[in-house]
Amino acid sequence: MSSRRDFLKGALAATGAIVGAGATPVQARDTYHRPPEAMGLLYDATLCIGCKACMAACKEANNNPAEFSTVDKLWDTPLDTSGHTYNIIKMYRNGTMDTKDAEINGYAFMKTSCMHCADPSCVSACPVSAMTKDPVNGIVAYDPDKCIGCRYCVVACPFGIPKYQYDDPLGRIGKCELCRHRHKDGRYSACAEVCPTGATLFGRTEDLLAEAKRRLALKPGSVTKFPRGRLRHATEKMLQGKEDGKGRKNRQGWRDEPDQIYEGTIGKYVQHVYGEKEYGGTQVLKLSGVSFEKVGMPNLPPYSSAATSETIQHTLYGGLLMPIAVLGALSWVARRNVKPDDGEEG
Amino acid sequence: MTTHSAPAPVGGPLLNKVTFIAGVLVALMAAILLYRFIFGLGAVTDLNDGYPWGIWIVVDVMIGSALACGGFSVAMLVYIFNRGEYHPLVRPALLASLLGYTLAGAGVIFDLGRWWNVWNMYWPGSVNLNSVMFEVAICITAYIVVMWIEFSPVVLEKFGLKDLKRKLNKYLFFLVALGTLLPMMHQSSLGTLWVVLGQQVHPLWQTPVVPLLFLLTAIIMGYAVVLFESCLASAAYRRGIEMKLLTPLAKVMLGVVAAYVAVRLGDVIVRGVIGRSFQLSLEGLMFWIEMACFVAPFLIIGTENQRRNPARLFVAGILLILGGSFLRLNGFLIGYDTGAGFRYFPALPELLVTLGMFATEVLIYILVTRRFPVLPREGAAH
Repeated sequence: MSSRRDFLKGALAATGAIVGAGATPVQARDTYHRPPEAMGLLYDATLCIGCKACMAACKEANNNPAEFSTVDKLWDTPLDTSGHTYNIIKMYRNGTMDTKDAEINGYAFMKTSCMHCADPSCVSACPVSAMTKDPVNGIVAYDPDKCIGCRYCVVACPFGIPKYQYDDPLGRIGKCELCRHRHKDGRYSACAEVCPTGATLFGRTEDLLAEAKRRLALKPGSVTKFPRGRLRHATEKMLQGKEDGKGRKNRQGWRDEPDQIYEGTIGKYVQHVYGEKEYGGTQVLKLSGVSFEKVGMPNLPPYSSAATSETIQHTLYGGLLMPIAVLGALSWVARRNVKPDDGEEG
Repeated sequence: MTTHSAPAPVGGPLLNKVTFIAGVLVALMAAILLYRFIFGLGAVTDLNDGYPWGIWIVVDVMIGSALACGGFSVAMLVYIFNRGEYHPLVRPALLASLLGYTLAGAGVIFDLGRWWNVWNMYWPGSVNLNSVMFEVAICITAYIVVMWIEFSPVVLEKFGLKDLKRKLNKYLFFLVALGTLLPMMHQSSLGTLWVVLGQQVHPLWQTPVVPLLFLLTAIIMGYAVVLFESCLASAAYRRGIEMKLLTPLAKVMLGVVAAYVAVRLGDVIVRGVIGRSFQLSLEGLMFWIEMACFVAPFLIIGTENQRRNPARLFVAGILLILGGSFLRLNGFLIGYDTGAGFRYFPALPELLVTLGMFATEVLIYILVTRRFPVLPREGAAH
């Protein structure tokens, strides 16, 4: 029967095209690394006193409304990050809660905000480039004028960070952008600026990582100097400002501030800088006295899912080679099989 | 086998019990959507930041578009594998697909939080070629256009525009090729969507072969829907069932199911996660329910004799539709976990919109088949 022969021909042509195109070598995409001038935060849970000044400053800097979880609605009491809350300090409690930073019968704090991944899932997921990663400072930024509100970034993020404003018909995605709107005035992330103990520190991720490792190497209980606000690079110099010395800025444009380094004691750390390797590395780094999983930080592999996803996509669709080859094969087969009288009577 | 009866309008009244109920459901949906566009997504849905995608995406778009793969599955069989005997099934399947996809496209707009920016999806300055969703959106848009052109001969026939129809027929083969390629691309990519979710998706579903799983199940669901709809349409319109076509079609379908089951089980075994399915958990249970839906049809319509029984075909069709639907529900909702105690169950207005979407499809399908030449002319087929 001729129809059976054609059936086989069609099957062979179709699979041949798919296998042929699939055999062309396609490079797997590796997980991206942080750019050298990446900016970020170092959060040291052992220094955090849970005052939540960073939460209030974040709300003010980003012009976000208060959110309530209590009956009397007296002040901002969000329970988690949301479309209107980009930063929150959460508390870990165990047993009698006697000792700070102890896993058993203790308590601890943890900051939740955007980690500014080296290879962010949200940037890979966003169909319209509303989520972008700055090639120089690595900040993961959001553009509401492009965003279509599909919430694929919300679904994709392993830290559950981008969030949508469901209560608003014109809702946006809300997430920490490291206060990039303040950078032009020489001001850095509001949470780090107001943190009284330097538990949240702003700076180049490279410098922050070195600082974190310095702390891990010290003996618990020993006395050391802790920077506050913005971590200055060892060789940093201030440029001359106006006559009165006001408005002085450094080469990167950060405003001059009085040196606020203070002496304190080193806490009992878990020997791990969270964010150094997680998901290929993040620009926000964390130190903690309680295991990271217990304080809500997910246990992630050292590679990103964006790399896997984009490898699959570009293997199948790179240069549209495979789709065009398959289309060619399908057209060739269909041309023989679509009978000219098909439409005439049926 | 290439001669077949020409399609003809079924005729009959447009207003009956079914169209009336469907009309009421459609009106209800319209009212809820009006409310949604004025007051936002939170006003009518149970969506939250732990479950930002609910049934409007997973059921209306993911499952809805897979159910609309009848046109693609049958056209592939007829034109690519040259099985002309199935030609009478093409038009009804194409109509159902056309409606299903057009509604899935509309469903996306209902769910978009910033829908007025949707043009960015097609704007060269905005598109992100790395995004799986970009590929899905472009392919689905293109496929909807291709299907409308593929279906246009029906309308041209009705209004007697012979010349235009003849010109279109010259290029029909290319439309058929495109209409086969595009669903292969986006149906597989709908699965790839969850790859970037990483560990948030349970390992029984998070796999790099997910595009192949979605493609195979979309083809299976396409055939299953044809079986389901043929049985239903025959009963509703009191027409003879085209068993001469459905019996061999079911065999083709079972072949694809066998391939799927082999890939699915092979994948969880090779990745070493099959053990997770035996753990006492909702995910483990759902995995085996999903699997059972694909295996049971071999017991129900495994023999030639069984495949001649329309009731058995109907049941097997429903099971396979459920199986493919569970695969999508399990990966995107049940096996998806962001970690922090979020819960999601569709709110009543959310359910009513999904119901309204299906009602819209049924309503338009009935109106069109009664007035346009879509279904095979009764009598001539027997």
